Formats: sequence, C-alpha cells, structure tokens
Amino acid sequence: MTDGAKIWTLHLLVLAAVFVAQFLLPPYHATNLARIMVLAVFAMGYNIAFGYTGLLSLGHALFFAAGMYGMGLPVWHLGWLSLPALIAGLVAGGALAGVVGLLALRTAGVSFMIVTLMFAQAGYLTLLYLNTWTGGDEGFVVLSEARVLFGFDLATDTARFITAFTLFAAGLLACLLLVRSPFGRVMVAMRENEERSRMLGYDPFRIKLLALAVSGLYAGLAGAAYGMLFGYVGASFATIQYSILPMLYVLLGGAGTVLGPFLGALLMFYLIDITSNYTDAYLFVVGAALVGLVLFAPKGILGTLRERVWRWLP
Amino acid sequence: MVAVIEARGLTRHFGGLRAVDGVDFRLEQGEIHGLIGPNGAGKTTFVSLLSGRIPVQSGVITLNGEDITHLPAHLRVRKGVAYTFQITSVYPRLTVFDNVALAAQGRGAGDVAAEVAQALSRVGMTGLDQSMAGTLSYGHQRLLEVAMGLALRPLVLILDEPTQGLASGEIDGFKALIRSLVPQTTILLIEHNMDVVMDLADRITVLNFGQVLAVGTPDQIRANRAVQDAYLGGDHAAG
Repeated sequence: MTDGAKIWTLHLLVLAAVFVAQFLLPPYHATNLARIMVLAVFAMGYNIAFGYTGLLSLGHALFFAAGMYGMGLPVWHLGWLSLPALIAGLVAGGALAGVVGLLALRTAGVSFMIVTLMFAQAGYLTLLYLNTWTGGDEGFVVLSEARVLFGFDLATDTARFITAFTLFAAGLLACLLLVRSPFGRVMVAMRENEERSRMLGYDPFRIKLLALAVSGLYAGLAGAAYGMLFGYVGASFATIQYSILPMLYVLLGGAGTVLGPFLGALLMFYLIDITSNYTDAYLFVVGAALVGLVLFAPKGILGTLRERVWRWLP
Repeated sequence: MVAVIEARGLTRHFGGLRAVDGVDFRLEQGEIHGLIGPNGAGKTTFVSLLSGRIPVQSGVITLNGEDITHLPAHLRVRKGVAYTFQITSVYPRLTVFDNVALAAQGRGAGDVAAEVAQALSRVGMTGLDQSMAGTLSYGHQRLLEVAMGLALRPLVLILDEPTQGLASGEIDGFKALIRSLVPQTTILLIEHNMDVVMDLADRITVLNFGQVLAVGTPDQIRANRAVQDAYLGGDHAAG
C-alpha cells in the first residue's frame, strides 16, 4: 500500500469505529463520546495553529466562546434557528481569530502566548460586563425550538451523536486534506524555520494569520456545536481553562498529528471522568499524567508512534 | 553589460559601527561575481541588504531597473533574488523532497515533483528525496541548500560562503555546479576560500570596513596594491 492509501484507510477506519460505537456503548458513554467529538474539533483547530504552524496560543477559549455566543446570542435575541446560528458561530470564531491574529501575530513566542491570553481574558470579562445581553456568568439556555436541525431534535441522543459525528468527520477530513496540501507544507515550514521560509518567498505574517483563522473556524464551530448540542451557553467556556484544555488534548495525543487531538480528548476526558469518581483531587492525577507525558513521550502518543513505527502518519 | 542588480550609496550602520558605508555595486547579467573582504568587512550585511533581510538606511537598490529598496524580503525572492544561508538552514525534520518542494511550489510551479527531481539531479542528490534533511551529511546539506535556491528559479542566486566546511573533493564538484548555472542565473558569491573565488569569478568586489576597496577581474584584484595591503597579505601577492 502507498502511504496515501494507508493514511486514508486508517482515518476512515477510525471514523467508522467511532460511528459504530454509538450502537455498542451505553447511552451515558455515547453522550460522552458526542461531547468528546465536539471537543476534538476544538482541539483539531488548536492543533492546526500549535501543532502544525507552531503558534502556541493561550487564548483559544476566546474563539470557542465566540462560536458559542455567535450561535447562542442570535438564537436568544433574534430568534435564529439552528443552521444559520451554527454558521454564525463558525464565522464568529474564524473572524475573531483573524482580528486577534492581526494584532497578536506582531509578536512571537512567549509574547504571543501572553497577548493571546490577554485577549481571551478581555473577552471573558466583556461577556461578564455585558451581562444584560450575554447572561453574565449564569449564561443562558438555548431555546429548545432552535435546537432542531433538519427536523431532528438535537436534544435526543441519536440526533446529537450524529450531528457531533458529522462535524467531527468533516473537521478530521478537512484537517487531513489541509495538512497534506501544499499549504500544509508551508505551515509546517513556518513552525520549523520562519526565517528560512521567508527567504523562500513566503510571508510569515500572512501564513500564520491564515492558519490562525482556520484554527479559529474550528474553535468557533466547536463552540457553536457545544452550545447547540448540550443546550447551554455560559461564560465559563471563555475562561483560561478552555484555552488550556485543547492544548492538553493536543499534547497528549500528539501535536502535529491529525488523529492526536481526538485521541488526546478521549483519554483526557475519561481520565478526568474516572478519577473524579474516586477523588476530588482529580486534577492531581491529570497533572501526574502530564508530567509522565513530558518525561516519557514529549511528542505525545501518536507523535511517539510516528517517530518509532508509523513514519507515514500525517 | 546589463546590470541585474544595481546598488547606489548603500548604507547600514549598527550604532557606531559602519557595517556597510556608501557602497556602489553592479551585478551584471550572467556573471559570477565574487564578494570578498576580511572578517567584519560587511559582506554578509551587504548581501542581507540586497536580499532584504536587513532594512536599508540609505541608498537605492534596483533589480532590472525596478526600485526594490523597500520591498520586503519574501517579495524580493518572488521577483528572483534568492539567498542561500551562510549557516546551513534547511528544514532538518522535513524530507529532502519537502525542503525543495517548499521552494518550488511557492513560485507556482506547475509540476512540483518534476521541479524537485530536476533541482536534485542538478546537485547530484537524486534518490535522496525521502531522507530526512537533518540526517544528511554536511556536504549534502550544503547541496540541498543550493537545490532549494535553484528550485526558486532565481535571476540572481546569492551564495553566502557555500564551500565553508566542505572537503576539497566536494569543492571541485561545487565549482562545476556553480559554473553550470551561468549565464541563465547570475551568481553573487561570498567566499573565504580565495582559490575558489579566483577560479570561479568573472569579476570581484573587495569590501573593507564597509566600503568598496576595489572592483575588477581576478587578475586585477591580485595585482591591486591596496587589496594586497588590506587583505591578501604578502604571501599571496608574491604567489
């Protein structure tokens, strides 16, 4: 088999396995899996910026929240229905990432981390400040009339799973196409050596801005879908925690791998889910897992696998 | 002769240091032009001004008559001014193919794979395309750097110390390679290895303390008293 055939086979098999899982898993875990798939879309977006382009952002909660509120506010205030609201969330995430990028990409490295963090905090505080329209820290419930997509009630398990799966599959395949495209090669070139890439004729600012905007589209879509599928929009999704989570997923699964964000989200979700049954100090376990990761597999699970066995893994 | 690149009164000071101080320079179509000078003479700063890596403080640079003085580096590359780094600067964690493809695809090459194969065959690296660039020998990394420059199909290729660190056998191959590039490509060669410059260059510009000390053919430069005093030293002048 050629590398291309192997790559497509693997990714389509993973998608098929995830799809079939809804019939095999008990409802509790099927709902978890829907949640994980949406979070994985968020992490895939984060991975496009961080894993492939080398942009370590601490502000992706802002883009996730932009999607969530970009979906939720028109539903609440303007009576929009699910599909236009979801699209509004997608666009809001991408547009805000583009605007933030215009300013933040004047910096690099640690400064970029701080500037993106600052923007995200400003966004969070803005949500609280404008509580008349945003519901402040209480948030608001997405009207059930709006949670109907193509005639399916998204509050039911099957419709929710199928919707999450559709977005996840689309996000995964788009990411695979992107990173295997000429533009994907340029993103990696920026990560590896920006000055060299400039001297091959690429404008680093433009490339990084595009990558960040695409990353924001993913985050926006994930935020919109999360609010729509689980029926709640709240400012807690704009906190620093939601900037750190996708980073943890990506680091655990493997930065710069297409399947890494999903694998990371899956493992981290269940690590928290299981350990929090036993102890309140579940974050301690998460921390220990991360220390172990840094010590023994700094490239994440799939990054290590690629280094040792599957050289062709994208 | 037609000037591909022409610079007039080019100046760049770093604080009190006059790295490049009012340099006039002509790079003529199809020539191999050597740029020499003692350490700290301003050679690398000068070509960094030409390639746009460092902004010009005063002076004018034209490419085929067009003013490119304030054009950003990546746009100069697109217009045909390619720069290969003094310290090998390939992407070590990408394959040889990807390294060269990055150069070829950016200028909108139709068949990137064919362009890559051609550039690699010019430098004699056919068959290495799936190797990780970081695992190549130093000599091959230097050649890969040149292949990336070639895949840009530049009008002007600026080579900054290309033979530094190469074995003498590799240097002969390198010289043949450079000769095969002209006259389609014009070469500006910064080089410490005097034998290589004297052998390859049609004309040589000598920089000293940021200023042009002399311009001429290798024979004229050898015979130039000021150059001998400033740079080449007694032994070389006698020989």
